Amino acid sequence: MYRYNPVDHAIVRARVEQFRDQVARWQTGELTPEEFRPLRLQNGLYVQRHAPMLRIAVPYGLLSSTQLRKLAFIARTYDKGYGHFSTRHNLQLNWPKIEDCPDILAHLADVEMHAIQTSGNCIRNVTTDQFAGVAPDEIIDPRPLAEIIRQWSTFHPEFAFLPRKFKIAISGTADDRALTWFHDIGLHLNAGMDGQPHFRVIVGGGLGRTPIRGQIVRESLEWQHILTYCEAILRVYNRYGRRDNPFKARIKILVQALGIEEFARQVEEEWLHLKNGPSTLTQAEFDRVSTFFTAPAYSPQADSDELLDHQTLADKAFARWIARCTHPHKIAGYAAVTLSLKKHGQAPGDITADQMDAVADLADRYSFGELRISHEQNIVLADVPKADLYELWQVAKAAGLATPNIGLLTDMICCPGGDFCDLANAKSIPIANAIQARYDDLDHLFDVGDLELNISGCMNSCGHHHVAHIGILGVDKNDAEFYQVTLGGRQGNNAQLGKVIGPSFSAQEMPDVIEKLIGVYIEHRHADETFLDTLDRIGAEPFKDKVYEGKVRRGKPAPTEKEAA
Amino acid sequence: MARIIKQGALVDDPWQILALNEGDLAETVPLPTGPVIFPFDVWQAQREAVLARDIPFGLWLDSHQGPEEIAVDFGHFALIAINFPKFVDGRGYSTARLLRSRFGWMGELRAIGDVLHDQLFYMKRCGFNSFALKAGKDIDGALATAFTTWQDNYQAAVDQKQPLFRRSAA
Ligand code: SF4
Repeated sequence: MYRYNPVDHAIVRARVEQFRDQVARWQTGELTPEEFRPLRLQNGLYVQRHAPMLRIAVPYGLLSSTQLRKLAFIARTYDKGYGHFSTRHNLQLNWPKIEDCPDILAHLADVEMHAIQTSGNCIRNVTTDQFAGVAPDEIIDPRPLAEIIRQWSTFHPEFAFLPRKFKIAISGTADDRALTWFHDIGLHLNAGMDGQPHFRVIVGGGLGRTPIRGQIVRESLEWQHILTYCEAILRVYNRYGRRDNPFKARIKILVQALGIEEFARQVEEEWLHLKNGPSTLTQAEFDRVSTFFTAPAYSPQADSDELLDHQTLADKAFARWIARCTHPHKIAGYAAVTLSLKKHGQAPGDITADQMDAVADLADRYSFGELRISHEQNIVLADVPKADLYELWQVAKAAGLATPNIGLLTDMICCPGGDFCDLANAKSIPIANAIQARYDDLDHLFDVGDLELNISGCMNSCGHHHVAHIGILGVDKNDAEFYQVTLGGRQGNNAQLGKVIGPSFSAQEMPDVIEKLIGVYIEHRHADETFLDTLDRIGAEPFKDKVYEGKVRRGKPAPTEKEAA
Repeated sequence: MARIIKQGALVDDPWQILALNEGDLAETVPLPTGPVIFPFDVWQAQREAVLARDIPFGLWLDSHQGPEEIAVDFGHFALIAINFPKFVDGRGYSTARLLRSRFGWMGELRAIGDVLHDQLFYMKRCGFNSFALKAGKDIDGALATAFTTWQDNYQAAVDQKQPLFRRSAA
């Protein structure tokens, strides 16, 4: 992974001191709360329901065991001994004190981490695929370019006060796993005709209150031009994006208003001035950064498939875990492993400090000391010898990290919701827990099979409910918490938004609603059909009929106007 | 006289900014005497009258106004100012970069309006060289620390034409 050089260190340390000074000026009243707000947000610090929330960046999801141990230390020392992984490669602490945050940032800087631009109207943490570098379907490893974009976006002087937040995702695989169609800029790395990496540049996607699939602004861009091209996009957005209404300020609204052709024309015109300028990437820089992402020292593995067959036959629980929590690897004899943070009865994405230490140990022992965070809020050990899987599983199980539910119903994405977040219309974690309790039986869960269910506590859609097969959205109906259900959303190359099935439900109704939806699938499915296959074949009507049996179907409730900072 | 930060020092500043109040029209607002920074709209509407005063004057752009329409007139301006109506309105950073890098404005470029300590570093990088800090703010403290927050930066900008990767490769 990338290691800081003295300049990188100095830049992050200077930020710690700057923030210490900003906190001090806020405490003396020199900075008004209103003036302090964007400054603390650009350091990931929110003021939340119970306490401040600090959002720490995990750039493109990559962590070393040393870094994770530091996060464990911070969670123990400055918080209540746990943290929460969000859907955008961040770790959130829910109970730090504002006065402690400069010290927390200093601890992070010790291990080459920070909370820079994890919130606020600026360029956020760049995200990618959790299997980068090891996925068999990978065309180009996105991590070097993700790091280059991270550096370029860090304290970019022109784009620190954009109309609204700005998120970039980059993917280098045939099958998109980074939700690139739903980012402000989505980048697909591809091999061009010349054999060099090229980008397809997608712009104006996003979830949130106005979910829109992004559109292609440029089909093919040579890699050297990525920074100047992004600058052109950002400049057009910074100048012409709406600032009169925060709900209309994302770049997607500008792209919609202008139309993609006109938007592209303006970007290309701007880019003409920047193209081939000093920010054009050099081969030397690409090579320098790439050396940090070379393959680890894989050792030739004896054919362990027979051993694995033997182990899975002998142990059904292990077989289940193998089926759900291991993934193909481009090197023979290795597998990628997902450690589930979706243990039933626990808030999805939450991890205790002890678990962090346990994961760090596992990474050291079995996966070259590195790990990744997935946007599905799980942890991935990317390079595990297959022969070690059984041992790893036993340790992970003891640490509560081996629930064999990856890709299954209870591997839900779930935002912190009304338990923590000020913007929430409704709680989301209790809904997740209630569904987990209903599907606690593993046989049942396996029988239901591949199914993505996501929950957001409000229209800001941090839980990505729009792109889930079953999406749940908290809404506020006459000051009571209700839940709206969507069906048919999906991520990947054919990413699509789910459609609302009808009026919303109370919290108590939700587990039954989910059970009914799944009942319809089980009743109608053909052999080998997933929930989504059946839904696509028979349409949403049979599902609606079942769920609203004996209920009046009225119009959908209007969501309330709240917006995330 | 108000104090501003100019070329890295505190100086007394003689310029007064003409702002259109409610009811004022760009076409008819009386032009004050002395050194004045005129809003773009007044410059457009009363160009001949402004020139007829025959003393140096400045021009200020509001955050929604771009540099495109004033480039041909650079020769007339003693300085250009960019207004930040609210500090979170970041359009002025792009305007400044364009003025410096694309349109070649070499003279004084001043940040006015809601200009606060923690914006100064970015403003300097985008090409501003004078700063009228918001009234009531600690201008001495700002001058002492705000321009030196970082010793080095990743990106190319107006103050450093080469990005870090081109400098460290050399
Ligand atoms: S979706 Fe809404 S409730 Fe959930 S974390 Fe985001 S802003 Fe908060």
